[in-house]
Amino acid sequence: MAILDQTACQMRDALRRRDLTAADAAEASLAAIERLDPTVAAFVATDACAVRRRAAEIDARLDAGGPVGLLAGVPVAVKDNMCTADGLPTSCGSRILDGWRAPYNAHVVERLLAADAVIVGKTNMDEFAMGSSTEHSCFGPTHNPWDTATVPGGSSGGSAAAVAARMVPLALGSDTGGSIRQPGSLCGVVGMKPTYGRVSRYGLVAFASSLDQIGPLARTVGDAALLLQAVAGHDARDSTSVNEPVPDYLAVLDEPVAPLRIGVPKEFFTEGLDPEVERLVREAIGVYERLGAKLVEIDLPHATDYAIATYYIVAPSEASSNLARYDGVHYGYRAPEHADMIDMYMRSRSEGFGDEVKRRIMLGTFALSSGYYDAYYKKALRVRRLVRRDFDEAFEKVDCIMGPTSATPAFPLGERLENPLAMYLSDLFTVGANMAAIAGISIPCGFTGAGLPVGLQILTGVFTEDRLLRISRMYERQTDWTSRRPAICEASA
Amino acid sequence: MGLSKREVLHVAHLGRIHLADDEVEKFADQLSTIVDYVNQLSELDTEGVEPLAHALPIHNVLRPDEPRPGLSTDQALGGAPDAADGFFRVPRVIDDGSSA
Repeated sequence: MAILDQTACQMRDALRRRDLTAADAAEASLAAIERLDPTVAAFVATDACAVRRRAAEIDARLDAGGPVGLLAGVPVAVKDNMCTADGLPTSCGSRILDGWRAPYNAHVVERLLAADAVIVGKTNMDEFAMGSSTEHSCFGPTHNPWDTATVPGGSSGGSAAAVAARMVPLALGSDTGGSIRQPGSLCGVVGMKPTYGRVSRYGLVAFASSLDQIGPLARTVGDAALLLQAVAGHDARDSTSVNEPVPDYLAVLDEPVAPLRIGVPKEFFTEGLDPEVERLVREAIGVYERLGAKLVEIDLPHATDYAIATYYIVAPSEASSNLARYDGVHYGYRAPEHADMIDMYMRSRSEGFGDEVKRRIMLGTFALSSGYYDAYYKKALRVRRLVRRDFDEAFEKVDCIMGPTSATPAFPLGERLENPLAMYLSDLFTVGANMAAIAGISIPCGFTGAGLPVGLQILTGVFTEDRLLRISRMYERQTDWTSRRPAICEASA
Repeated sequence: MGLSKREVLHVAHLGRIHLADDEVEKFADQLSTIVDYVNQLSELDTEGVEPLAHALPIHNVLRPDEPRPGLSTDQALGGAPDAADGFFRVPRVIDDGSSA
């Protein structure tokens, strides 16, 4: 089997048996990037020399038989909003940070290094993670490996595309309103948003701090579990990091959850849902039914339209505050021409930020401004509690909730670019989980007639990632979607 | 309720974003569409519902007030567009001779 057709778990085992060297794994990954990335544009930065040095160092330790980390020698990609010291830039898809070198590593990057992973590069994203298509990037769009005329989803589109095109077996993304799950769905890979607080946000460039959460993208459920295992856990430097024990996700992965009650919310099957997506998602739920699961119709009255409305007040409000730090003084871009200090701020920010970021800063500033604060921001926080209640009540009756991750498969590049609201509605089924802090995943559940992947979204309560992964694995064992490869991978494989 | 061009200029200024004339019009249209959408929240009766800022209970986290290593001056200034003598350098903000 070609190196990059192996799962991360298989690669890890082969590396330990010394049937595979970290050097060969790294070369395979670099070669795939060189061959495919001119078309896909998943990466914004790689450092081949550093990758080779690192792989050689890990090989030396593996050869010596010394203790190695969980991901020893496995190539991993990191979304470009996670700080990497020593070499790779951290740009967040923004001109205002283009080429910025972080002076420290994000917690997740420290954890990847401690696990002896080989970080091959940084992946493209919507600017500051604001978007659902990876088109809002100063580096240009990423293309979906299944059809390069379509978007990969976003904002973690670079990470999802890199995994789907088999350039790397694993990648980290971040999910504020669906930014791991939706690109996971559109690219036909597994994408998981853990419970808020499960993975430290230290060194994750802040977008909406009460919603942002880092998680894995991988081709299989087991690989997602492996990467989550490597990065989950308490970190005192993130005051919202939760000190809950991290279970051994892989040890229990193949234990089915039985009995299993699946909540199917009617709000997730509305008129805007693409009929092919609906059919594939219902078939996937049918697989669980045949495995003995019981379906329960539930109501989540606030979890879709109202959640989007709430999200587009809460997230921009937090963003408008978080992005005040880009002032042309401390780091990043400063406009060369300016009349005075205020003019320097205004020109640096208007030249450095793209339109979507400007829209959200203005929207957030509006919602927080005098006279509107109670009507918008405070109102949104009250509705946020109603969203949370919807899920709390549902989880009293069911073990998990299932539905589509995205109402449509991958859409054509440019289609939603001039219509921000249409783009925002791409996250209709995913934002609820962020508002409520619960765990969620998207797993591949088939392909449309046009050959585009479709994702099944599964949601479970807080800190039940082990159960969420087991439930996902139950389906994966019955199906074979993960073995399908995009046509662009076939050429030289 | 839409956003007028004046309101857009006001929030842009508060957010320290300079807008060209044609941008004001474009953003006024787009932001109005979005604000119209979020206005559906007013249909909901939230009387007596406590606002939820964080979906998980968040506690203050305290640590002993002891010195720890942080970024060096060079590291902290390393990404600055303009720095000199261990400081960030910015355009003049105080007039000559006037009090601060």
